[in-house]
Amino acid sequence: MEVLLALVIGVFGGAGVWLVLRPRTFQVVMGLTLLSYAVNLFIFSVGGLFLDKPPLVTPGLPTDLEHYTDPLPQALVLTAIVIGFATTALFLVVLLASRGLSGTDHVDGARDES
Amino acid sequence: MDFMPHLVVVPVVLPLIAAALLILLGEKRRRARVLVNIGATLAGLLAALAILWQVDSGGEPAAIGVYLAANWEAPFGIVLVADRLSALMLVLAGIVGLFAAVYAEAAWARGGMYFHPLFQLQLMGLNGAFLTGDLFNLFVFFEVMLAASYGLQLHGSGWPRVRSGLHYIAVNLLASSLFLIGLAVLYGVMGTLSMADIAAKLASVPGSDRGMLHAGAAILAVAFLIKAAAWPLNAWLVPAYTAASAPVAALFAVMTKVGVYILVRLWTLLFSDGPSMNFGSDVLLYAGLATIAFGVLGLMATLRPGRIAGYSILVSSGTLLAALGMGNAAVTSAALFYMLSATMAVSVLFLFVELVGRIGKDGQPDLVGVDDEPSEDTNLDDEELPLVGQAFPISLALLGLGFIAAGLLVAGLPPFSGFIAKVSLLQAVLAIQPGDKASDVASQSAAFWIVGLVLFAGLATMVSLARTGIRHFWSTGGRLTSQVKIVEGASVLGLLFACALLTVFAEPVLRYTNAAAADLHAPQPYVNTVLATRPRPGPTRSVYVEEEAP
Repeated sequence: MEVLLALVIGVFGGAGVWLVLRPRTFQVVMGLTLLSYAVNLFIFSVGGLFLDKPPLVTPGLPTDLEHYTDPLPQALVLTAIVIGFATTALFLVVLLASRGLSGTDHVDGARDES
Repeated sequence: MDFMPHLVVVPVVLPLIAAALLILLGEKRRRARVLVNIGATLAGLLAALAILWQVDSGGEPAAIGVYLAANWEAPFGIVLVADRLSALMLVLAGIVGLFAAVYAEAAWARGGMYFHPLFQLQLMGLNGAFLTGDLFNLFVFFEVMLAASYGLQLHGSGWPRVRSGLHYIAVNLLASSLFLIGLAVLYGVMGTLSMADIAAKLASVPGSDRGMLHAGAAILAVAFLIKAAAWPLNAWLVPAYTAASAPVAALFAVMTKVGVYILVRLWTLLFSDGPSMNFGSDVLLYAGLATIAFGVLGLMATLRPGRIAGYSILVSSGTLLAALGMGNAAVTSAALFYMLSATMAVSVLFLFVELVGRIGKDGQPDLVGVDDEPSEDTNLDDEELPLVGQAFPISLALLGLGFIAAGLLVAGLPPFSGFIAKVSLLQAVLAIQPGDKASDVASQSAAFWIVGLVLFAGLATMVSLARTGIRHFWSTGGRLTSQVKIVEGASVLGLLFACALLTVFAEPVLRYTNAAAADLHAPQPYVNTVLATRPRPGPTRSVYVEEEAP
């Protein structure tokens, strides 16, 4: 499970970085989105990966870390997802404004030369 | 220590309420919105001054105001902490914010919708970032600050703003990703996100985890270095700040210092002593030196006043980072004074850029934005433009004198506070002896590099600003007119007056920054105070009782 998650984070992160470095604004947005997926999964993973362990205190289970998973990374991921979603939406608005003002979706607004 | 119980949270809550109120007021009731915006900013400044007074009244070590935001004690709940450095930053943001808010009322506040709420939210993010004692809460306040700054940067719209705003947002989203990664790694190693708790547990981290800890701290630092505009992570700053409207750019001058503030806070908190002592100080030092050099090159290369102000920010950021990298309390103290002076000076410069840009606009091509020499027919000797005996508008005279003052402040020449700041900085750097604690970090050659670069940066700033002054005040050719509204003139003069006060009262301010730097480099009282603060008894649970050990 750890290997799979690490691979997924790596692929998302790598693809995200590659896309962010592309010259089209749409590719940059997709890259930023993939990067935020990678970051969110990474935050989730620092709490450790366990099966069948609740993050909340349940009646009947002794309250020690043997029986529970760390709830904090899950809370952090939730906040990070919301904030990342909002800022990406804001970026999309600016992207549309840039598209409208320059008539191209190049990040510098330059005419296509390739 | 009798802190007013809720004073510490006022700089965060007040702008939030004001922003909500401003949205409710709508676009129609202009006078009410102006009153709320300026009133809330002024009240925030007063609250910051009250916090400063309370923090400083405690003597040595400082009275640290701790506010348990959810009434949970430190490692579990979010804390807001006001110590000397935080209070100083709050006051700085309050002063610049107030004059930027006043200046904006002349024209810019009507340049688009939602200027006032965004302005207040920006202040809220700034104040929150200065106050919070929790890493993830810091991330949230960073995002509040940045989200508001995206809107403000684009305020007034137009292609240059949208284009540089696109880059600015993309870079900051990437920086936020790095912030989260670094934060997650730190959490993975330390198991806590409270800054004080991390500092307290740092010594007990086993050697096998220390590499991971350093990696996390370094990734986090990269995110802050992007915000602080350290070379080579600063290509976004100059276009974005130049394109932003004048009052917004003036406020953004404080925002760059947030990155520096967090670096100062975390670096001194985590790496002042213990096994990881002085981790990364060389990187800060050399990144700072490179940033100064880059800023100087930019200053010499550009003729546009807006870009000159942008590169001045880079120079001041670089100076602060290099000073921090020396890891010496005396240098940090001088750097804090320099930060006050340089931030206000650059804010004034950003306001002046717009006013100066208006000179001689009628009948003349706009010089701002043209990077070439004035054409032949703008000669001063031209018979058609008799300059002798021409009435000289008083606004222009004030503008010229103010521009000279701002130039002296930014360049660090006497008689203003910039000079005092640079002298004390250089004095502190040169006073580092080879036998001192910091000797292994800051070799003598680094000290001379700092001295040389800081002095050369002053010269370059002066040359560059003198060139701008000549181009805009003397060789404008056409009629010497300038339309400066009273509000604009008042806010620029007010900010200059604040710099003058800083000059006159340099001694108490330096005493204060000395104490702040001493607190920073000996963070144990900070950690103890934060962790020892207990929740207050609430209405539902009369007394908080520690769970009895069986």
